[in-house]
Amino acid sequence: MIEDKPKGLRVHLPILYPAVMLVVFFVIPFGIMLAVSFFQREPGGFYTTDFSIDNYANLFTMLFGRVLVFSIFISALCAAICVAVGFPFTYFITRMRRKAQVVWLVILVSVLSLSAVIVAFAWSLLLSQTAGISNLFVWLGLMEKPVSWSPGIWALTAGMCYIAFPYTVLVLYPPLSRLDPHLPEAAQTLGASPVTTFFTVVLGSLRSAIVATLIMVFAFTLGTYLIPQILGRPQHWTLSVLITDEAVYHSNLPLAAAMAVFFMVVSLGLVGLTTLIGKSRGPTTQ
Amino acid sequence: MAGLFLQDIHKHFGSVVAVQNVDLRIPHGRFVCFLGPSGCGKTTLLRLIAGLERPTRGRILLEEADITDQPAHQRNFGMVFQSLALFPHLSVGDNIAYSLRIRKADASARQRRVDELLELVRLPGYAARHISQLSGGQRQRVAIARALAIEPRLFLLDEPLSALDAKLREDMQLEMRMLQQRLGVTTILVTHDQREAMTMSDLIVVMGTDNQVHQMGTPLEIYRNPADTFVADFIGTSNLLKGICSGSRQVTISGKTLRIEALPENVKAGSEITLSVRPEDISVVAGVREGESHLPGRVAFVRDVGSSVEIYLDCSGFQIISQSTPKSRPAVRQGDTATAVLPPSACVVLTA
Repeated sequence: MIEDKPKGLRVHLPILYPAVMLVVFFVIPFGIMLAVSFFQREPGGFYTTDFSIDNYANLFTMLFGRVLVFSIFISALCAAICVAVGFPFTYFITRMRRKAQVVWLVILVSVLSLSAVIVAFAWSLLLSQTAGISNLFVWLGLMEKPVSWSPGIWALTAGMCYIAFPYTVLVLYPPLSRLDPHLPEAAQTLGASPVTTFFTVVLGSLRSAIVATLIMVFAFTLGTYLIPQILGRPQHWTLSVLITDEAVYHSNLPLAAAMAVFFMVVSLGLVGLTTLIGKSRGPTTQ
Repeated sequence: MAGLFLQDIHKHFGSVVAVQNVDLRIPHGRFVCFLGPSGCGKTTLLRLIAGLERPTRGRILLEEADITDQPAHQRNFGMVFQSLALFPHLSVGDNIAYSLRIRKADASARQRRVDELLELVRLPGYAARHISQLSGGQRQRVAIARALAIEPRLFLLDEPLSALDAKLREDMQLEMRMLQQRLGVTTILVTHDQREAMTMSDLIVVMGTDNQVHQMGTPLEIYRNPADTFVADFIGTSNLLKGICSGSRQVTISGKTLRIEALPENVKAGSEITLSVRPEDISVVAGVREGESHLPGRVAFVRDVGSSVEIYLDCSGFQIISQSTPKSRPAVRQGDTATAVLPPSACVVLTA
């Protein structure tokens, strides 16, 4: 039953509050950033009102291109790792007793209370030569002498995944806990082993949830600018770091704004592409 | 002997007993119903047979091979779940072909079998449809087709009709029964609906709230000769009258003597019994008549629903319900005195 479309101001009042918040805190700031990206930088000063595409033209450098590709690569890698580890993890949590589920979720949520700074320094310590886990491997006889893994690309990946993992589980939890427990059982009575069942039925019926989670982790990790500076070498700095650099240290807000807008357009394009791929592989016949 | 054997099956979930003391033989090619109230363990018993649960004790044998420890996916049984459990991300055709794909059947063979099965469940041309585009009855048929795709050794159904409305359910009952007769596959259906069980099955297994099997037999056997008061009460309606055995062919209910045809072996004169008489076997005549097998009383209520007439008779200390057709309706009204006549052949003596 579809009722008539709501009419009049009174009916729309409840959505007024979120609408205002959205405009004030998202639409207006974004508008300012978009405007600034076309402004002219004033050396020694701030910027002057103008309309030039110089800032965008200046983006097309080798450095910017390399950093853009690296940012997208590292975020996509983190999204893939988080979902690959998080999906089976969440699946097993949802199959536990209610009490055990709560314990696991509380542990995960408590991880969220750690700030990115603490996480980054903890990892850099954990992967360092002097006090890191390589010392443990040496003690166990697995390695010759302790080595330093931080800063480096794997330290960066570990740190970013650590931050994104709780969100991955929290986003996957509702669709996984709603999964009809009879679906895997039906697959088994039809001759599928537990492993085949997992890949054909559990993964298959939750494909849209997986795509949504991939996009969420991807977009979330694109924004990290602190962790790359602590756990990565300069060549591992992401575009977020570069933008911060331009805006804060070089006071070149117009260029930083142009970078941010361009970055957003590229990421949105990728997200759109992923969604499209996720949809087009819908049910097939034979 | 061919068929499925359940030997001394027990299933406990922690301290909860789900099924106990089950010894059954299900003959090959028959349609069997597990009938019982909710919580009697009938679904657990079906899941044990399917291999989705392991028995705490006991063995399951199929065609003389012990399958107790065989995992579900190696048993080649077809099962229809209460929720149907159709795969939401696959089309109708892919759902039905799932088991064939697992067994790596080639595409043309799969296609052929899907068309064949859709024909069988009367949904030809539905292969490309999405599950969400089907009605409840159509989903039912797809679930049945999917379970039959590999020609299962056993066809297991867990209350598959409970979500359908009454009219569709009755149609599906007939359809499924005829389908099973055509295919000759050994079928076990779990239900709490005794009418459904009576309609469809060759044999009914009645389970009680004590999680045990109370009786196994053909529908009419169980209806005519219930093994105990639980079965008599659960299958149809029954007048259960407490009394004492007063001779080899008679019992006494509140001082009135009733003639009976047979006594169970362990009943002797003087032992307490329960008499079970079906309402449709009891006739009511107006006025007080004395004599053997006659119980006088007063008409408490007349329920006339058109197709049948039920008369509630208050005798001294107990109530008797009689059912008759409108044609043979006795000329009594609420408040009249009347007498119930209990023919000896309709009186079943139960010890419990």
